[in-house]
Amino acid sequence: MKKVALNGAGLLVALFAVFPVYWMVATSLKPNREIFSATPRPVPAHPTLEHYREILTGNLIPGVTFGDFLFNSVLVAVSTVVLSGLVALLAATAVARFRFRLRTTFLILLLVVQMIPLEALVIPLFLMIQRLGLYNTLPSLILTYLGFSLPFAVWMLRGFVAAVPKELEEAAAIDGASRSQIFRKVLFPLVAPGLVATSIFSFITAWNELIFALTFVNDQSRYTLPVAMTFFFGRDDTAWGSVMAASTLFTLPVIVFFLLVQRRMVSGLVAGAVKG
Amino acid sequence: MSTLTERTRTDAARKTPARRRSRVDRLPYLLLLPCLVVIGVLLLWPLGQVVTMSFFRLDNVRQLRGDREWPFVGLANYPQILGDPFFRTVLRNTVLFAAANVLLTMVLGTLVGLLLHRLGRKMATFVAGCVMLAWATPALTGTIVWKWIFDDTSGLVTWAFNALPDGLSQALFGRTDWSGYGWFNSPLLFFAILTLVVVWHSFPFIAVSVLAGLKSVPSELHEAARVDGAGPWTVFWKITFPLLRPVFGILVVLSTIWDFKVFTQQFVLAGGTQDRPTFMLAIYSYAEAFSPPPRYGVGSAIAVILTLILLLVTGLYVRMVLRQEDES
Repeated sequence: MKKVALNGAGLLVALFAVFPVYWMVATSLKPNREIFSATPRPVPAHPTLEHYREILTGNLIPGVTFGDFLFNSVLVAVSTVVLSGLVALLAATAVARFRFRLRTTFLILLLVVQMIPLEALVIPLFLMIQRLGLYNTLPSLILTYLGFSLPFAVWMLRGFVAAVPKELEEAAAIDGASRSQIFRKVLFPLVAPGLVATSIFSFITAWNELIFALTFVNDQSRYTLPVAMTFFFGRDDTAWGSVMAASTLFTLPVIVFFLLVQRRMVSGLVAGAVKG
Repeated sequence: MSTLTERTRTDAARKTPARRRSRVDRLPYLLLLPCLVVIGVLLLWPLGQVVTMSFFRLDNVRQLRGDREWPFVGLANYPQILGDPFFRTVLRNTVLFAAANVLLTMVLGTLVGLLLHRLGRKMATFVAGCVMLAWATPALTGTIVWKWIFDDTSGLVTWAFNALPDGLSQALFGRTDWSGYGWFNSPLLFFAILTLVVVWHSFPFIAVSVLAGLKSVPSELHEAARVDGAGPWTVFWKITFPLLRPVFGILVVLSTIWDFKVFTQQFVLAGGTQDRPTFMLAIYSYAEAFSPPPRYGVGSAIAVILTLILLLVTGLYVRMVLRQEDES
């Protein structure tokens, strides 16, 4: 009896968590007359890909397609990932491999800057972007997201670097390898999986971001996907099928990536709180 | 004896080649340099700049480009904001919203965490997987879907209310036809839906963290308490909670920080920055600066106030994490 109650509660929780995601996908597959019918169907009766065809082939604004927005988003996210990964790897190596005077200070700095409310930085960063002449360009977003993703990336990556046994590097050093050789041929391959996990978080940060992309880019052909979606769909309450199809395409990669690395997320954020 | 060891040690240090020693000292700083530059330029400098900007009257984008001068007004922006009755509405909205959301997220998250701990292996994996899906969904699309669910013509909620027996609907709400009902029109209802969206997004993190904490607690403790006749309520408050106090502390602080600066969900749900009665600090600051007429100085001052509030909470968080690093 108790077990039934527990399982029932579990199913309720699962339903609450999953339903909006399911509803997004289900709506995207329904023909318009099902979407706007007086009695909604839980499952699409006549599933169709017409909404996907609509957004993928049509122009959202004259001359600009969904593919263009997708390209902008991918370009920004991938550039952020590469830059952030590189810088974070160097810093993580310093923190995990060396004992130096300002090490603790740096770690505290990392924690503190992660807590800076990014929403408070829109105005000063807007100023900086204007001064640098980067307003209305994608590099303005790459720079911004680099700053946002870096502290967490270093924090996460330092654990991966620390997990590589020091003896391997010492052995390589005895064999006469130089520091840069050790870094490239010993440390890097072993840290690579951690780097992938870290990159995914940087990617999601850049991919999902809305406010800065909305503020720093004015030219519609340079919109990233989130901005395009708020701009074109947020105002148009009639095209729910297309909105849900676009949302599904936008959400899918994030969910896949996220599920790959979510374990690290908890350990990164609650930083050792659960250690016995 | 001790002098001998001392001397040997200094001798050894002196014998180390000076070049090698300085390289060992400098390398970590070189490795840190790019990271420090990024943090300095893209996070710390803007943080200082937002404070500076709050001391000026800035209402033209040309001032930002450097084409026009910045009139210094000192602290004048602050009394102007703090004395505005609208600011008090915004502050009340922010604090009440954050308090309600932290409380609800923590309660729901903890309950789900406890539930996952009690469920059988297969069921727990299934439920955890579903919960993770809500967590993974981007704030943007998650909010768009909820907006669709609350759509005033074909939304699921509108349909459900229409499906209520007319008598019941009339008795409870004083209306039977819900088509065209603006779910987002009254501030209270707007905040209720926003709370639903934010809690839906954030309870999974709490649940998974609490579950991780529970797994680190030896199960003998719970069994012993149950054998002694303690109910689930007593077991939680007398055993689980004290043991997981550090985890709960950090989770409350993180949730507080997140819920104080909710932006994307509100922006999407309200369809922009026009819905002033539902403003909270983050969106207020943004709207002051970027909705015409732009007031970058005032917007900055509001951002500073938000930052100061969060700074207090962050101080708590850093102290907790450091204490834990010491203990482990």
